[in-house]
Amino acid sequence: MKFVDEFRDRGIAQRIVKKIKEFDSFKVNLMEVCGTHTMVIFKQGLKGMLPENVNLLSGPGCPVCVTSQEDIDKVIALAKNRDVIITTFGDMVRVPGTDSSLEKEKGNGADIRVVYSPNESLRIVRENPAKKVVFLAIGFETTSPLIAASLLDARKEKIENFYIFSSHKLIPPAMEALLESKEVKIDGFICPGHVSVTIGSDAYRFIAHKYSIPCVITGFEPLDVLHSIYMLLKQIKEKRAEVEIQYFRAVRPEGNRIAQELISEVFEVSDVRWRGLGIIPKSGLRLKGEFSDLDAEKEFRPKTRKSKENPDCVCGEVLRGVKRPTQCKLYRRICTPEEPYGPCMVSSEGTCAAYYKYG
Amino acid sequence: MQPITNMVEKIEDSAKKILLAHGSGGKLTHQLIRGFVKKFGNLPLAKLDDSAVLSFKGKLAFTTDSYVVDPIYFPGGDIGKLAVNGTVNDLAMVGARPLYLSVSAIIEEGFSLVELERIVDSMERAARAAGVEIVAGDTKVVEKGGVDKIFINTSGIGLIDSEVDISSKNAQVGDGIILSGTIGDHGIAILSAREKFDFQTKVKSDSQPLNGVVSEILEVSKKVHTLRDPTRGGLATALNEIAEQSRVGIEIEQDKIPVKEEVKGVCEMLGFDPLYIANEGKLVAFVPGRDCAKILNVMRKNRYGRDAQIIGTVVNRHRSRVVVKTSVGGERIVDMLTGEQLPRIC
Repeated sequence: MKFVDEFRDRGIAQRIVKKIKEFDSFKVNLMEVCGTHTMVIFKQGLKGMLPENVNLLSGPGCPVCVTSQEDIDKVIALAKNRDVIITTFGDMVRVPGTDSSLEKEKGNGADIRVVYSPNESLRIVRENPAKKVVFLAIGFETTSPLIAASLLDARKEKIENFYIFSSHKLIPPAMEALLESKEVKIDGFICPGHVSVTIGSDAYRFIAHKYSIPCVITGFEPLDVLHSIYMLLKQIKEKRAEVEIQYFRAVRPEGNRIAQELISEVFEVSDVRWRGLGIIPKSGLRLKGEFSDLDAEKEFRPKTRKSKENPDCVCGEVLRGVKRPTQCKLYRRICTPEEPYGPCMVSSEGTCAAYYKYG
Repeated sequence: MQPITNMVEKIEDSAKKILLAHGSGGKLTHQLIRGFVKKFGNLPLAKLDDSAVLSFKGKLAFTTDSYVVDPIYFPGGDIGKLAVNGTVNDLAMVGARPLYLSVSAIIEEGFSLVELERIVDSMERAARAAGVEIVAGDTKVVEKGGVDKIFINTSGIGLIDSEVDISSKNAQVGDGIILSGTIGDHGIAILSAREKFDFQTKVKSDSQPLNGVVSEILEVSKKVHTLRDPTRGGLATALNEIAEQSRVGIEIEQDKIPVKEEVKGVCEMLGFDPLYIANEGKLVAFVPGRDCAKILNVMRKNRYGRDAQIIGTVVNRHRSRVVVKTSVGGERIVDMLTGEQLPRIC
């Protein structure tokens, strides 16, 4: 296949791994902050190909996983409203809230529909003029421009029954929060590819400069990841800390201006709570004043009891790279993809799911 | 052969749709059943007794399956063809020669008779192609919304040669694993036939009978240990079941597994893994290493095994687990499908 098989070539992979093995004089922790990278690493068995001195850590890169328990409980409360159709990406459906989950509410008669894009939600909106449709807008800078565009479309069409629950988050502030906490030693970041298509490489410059941590923006094929690991090791060896673009077939230093403009037309930056990381300043997106009538939270005011995470679930620590899933006492014994206790086991991009499925 | 629609029209001109009366047991039911009987034309069915009476001598295989696929027509097939081939293949997977099928249809009130006829015709063609007879049947009609259009159950009986002993428990260390062709075609064809997705592909369902290729395999070697048609849950799930039931380790090579370019493309786009996508006309065979080459050879001569490949081996390590060597040269575990990837795929 064009542009797939070429990036999975065994011969090239072996040559890169050989180069990686030449950097054997120091130990490094490299963190990927994108769930898709986590999955590629596991699915292609890359960890087993790397030498022992290169340790890969998974960070807070799975949108479903970093969504706070409060937000999960709020959307569950929203789903109980019989005037509402919830549209969501599939992974959210099974995430356990404090008392219930969207899946359980669906069983109780809630109208919850899995969609692949916000545009699909718009179709549901048009087909159900008597209902109020709420799209669960979770995700990073990859999905927010799409959602902004669909909201602008809805405005143009004068659609009045479409709302979003905005739980959007921004990646660079989370990376900074991890570095500030000093909980784990991070020697380099494998930066997300799709997020960077939108925000560009310039958005990470402060991490390289202020914290002297090398960053490489990485594509999603196994050769991309191996190549980036090599590039990070080379920077570390040469005592450089720069933002480099490995995924140059898609990412520009300045990013995608149109996408950025779409985001800033509809959203403004806000302080939001992340699972595992607490409230991070300026790390989320909320609807701007003139779009606040589309805000499901304001429209429906979902009431929740005090949100509580399962005390034994270590998703928070896993998201910070402090613990591995195997260090959780629920993992595999009680918490499985069939019966998940935390979001990291639910999401197809979650670290626990990756360990379970491919480990 | 008289079409079902014509016969019903004689009674009531406007009755182009299935009515609850078609399931009442009265005149309309008889007309409908007679239509089926004519189509499937064979002696045991034509007698219209409460049971078909059949004679056998030897080891019997008996299986049943229900079909609720949505949509009922899809590229490469329809619910009727699927219902016949599915049961034929289940029989073939224990090495049986499929002989007789029963068909039971639950139809929604208001379903078009023209469509019903199209499905019955398709079943008849599929049965003829597989060399089986449909000797028993039933129809029920339920009120609108009671089922979605039409659900079909088929059961089947086949005969097994006394020397043949094929089971998911029989895979042995040293066995070669042969896959009969490309994976994921059926699942992706269904997916792209659903309106929800705004893309089109040329991928067709692989719904096809495998009894021919199985009998050819058994002609060259009776020592086949395990056969499986990887339907729901795909190849990954089938291999896991075999690894578990035979208490052996399985190793496969990603690069050896044939996948159509288009199937690969759709999977990449939607984040699916072809290993977990349903097939309806492929088999995976576990055979002694020394018989591998000759079995591969006969499979490739059959049109339903043209793209057959040896994809892996049974090993003495990691018992009950499946491990894949990835394209880039890494290794990982292949787990069973968790949750439901696509509902109503067959």
